Amino acid sequence: MKFGVLVFPGSNCDHDTFNVVAEIAHQPVTFLWHDSPSLENCDAILVPGGFAYGDYLRTGALARFSPVMQSVRKFADDGGLVLGICNGFQILCEAGLLPGALMRNAGLKYICKQVHIRTETADSPFTSTLRKGQVLQVPIGHMDGNYFCDQSTLDTLQRNDRVAFRYSTPTGEITPEANPNGSLSNIAGILNEGRNVLGMMPHPDRSSERILGSADGFAIFASMVAALTGAAGR
Amino acid sequence: MKAHVYVTLKSTVLDPQGQTIGNALRKNQYHGVTDVRQGKYFVLTLQDSLDAADAAAEVERIARDILTNPVIEEFTYRLED
Repeated sequence: MKFGVLVFPGSNCDHDTFNVVAEIAHQPVTFLWHDSPSLENCDAILVPGGFAYGDYLRTGALARFSPVMQSVRKFADDGGLVLGICNGFQILCEAGLLPGALMRNAGLKYICKQVHIRTETADSPFTSTLRKGQVLQVPIGHMDGNYFCDQSTLDTLQRNDRVAFRYSTPTGEITPEANPNGSLSNIAGILNEGRNVLGMMPHPDRSSERILGSADGFAIFASMVAALTGAAGR
Repeated sequence: MKAHVYVTLKSTVLDPQGQTIGNALRKNQYHGVTDVRQGKYFVLTLQDSLDAADAAAEVERIARDILTNPVIEEFTYRLED
C-alpha cells in the first residue's frame, strides 16, 4: 500500500500530510509533483492544503488543469481513495470531483483556530473508525471555506448521507455560532457519490498528534489505512 | 480585438464583500446606493485573425470553462475592435 501526496506550486501542507502518513500511520508515502501525470501506483491520493497557484483566479481553479489532476480524476472514477484537505477540498470542487464550491468566509476574514466538527456518517472509508455523532477537535486555517451548493445538490447530499462532517459545538450541537465561515448547513466536509472521495476544510493533518493540541484528526487517516488493508471500511 | 469579460456572483448567491462595501457606502452618507454586487473584470486580447463570431464563441468558452465557477458565478462580456 502506498499513499501519494500531491504537490502544486503553492502547496504548503504537503509535508504535514506526508509526515502523518509516514510517522504516525507508518505507511509508505511519496510526493507526486503536479506536472507529471503519473500516480506512481499509489493506492490513495492526498490533496494537501496550501495556496496552489497562489489562489489566482479562484482557489483551486488553476490546479485542476495540472496533468496530475487528469490522472486523479480517472483514479477517483475507478474507485480510488482521494482525500482533499482545505485547499485540496477547494481543488476537488473546482475539478468537479465534488459538488459545490468554497466561497469567501462570511466574515471576510482569514480564520485560523481550533474548531469542533461532528461526524455525520461512519459509512465511508474515511470515517469507518469513527462513530456517527462523534465530535472531533481539529483546526481550520482558511479564507475561502464557506461551503455553498444549490438546494437540489444539498438535498442530494443529505438524502444520500454524503455530508461527512458539520461544524458543531464541543458537545456536538449544530448551531449558527459553531459555524466559523458561513458554510451552508454547517457543512465542513462532503463525500462524492461513490463515497471514495472526501473533501474537508478542517485539517486532520494538523491534528494527528497530541503535541499539536489534538490527535482527533488521525482517525481519518486510520480509517483510510483500514480500508486499504481490508481490516475495516465499507 | 479585445474582449471585456465581467464575472459576478449569481444573484442567488450571497455576496458578503458586496454587502460590506454597501454598508460602508451608507455609513459614508452615500444614500443613493441600495445594493452592491462586486466581481472581477478581465480584458482578453484576441488574435487579429478571429472574426466576430469566432471571437464570441472563443470568449464564451473561456468564460464558461475557466473564468467562472458556474456553481456560484455568471458572466457577461463585450467585444471591442
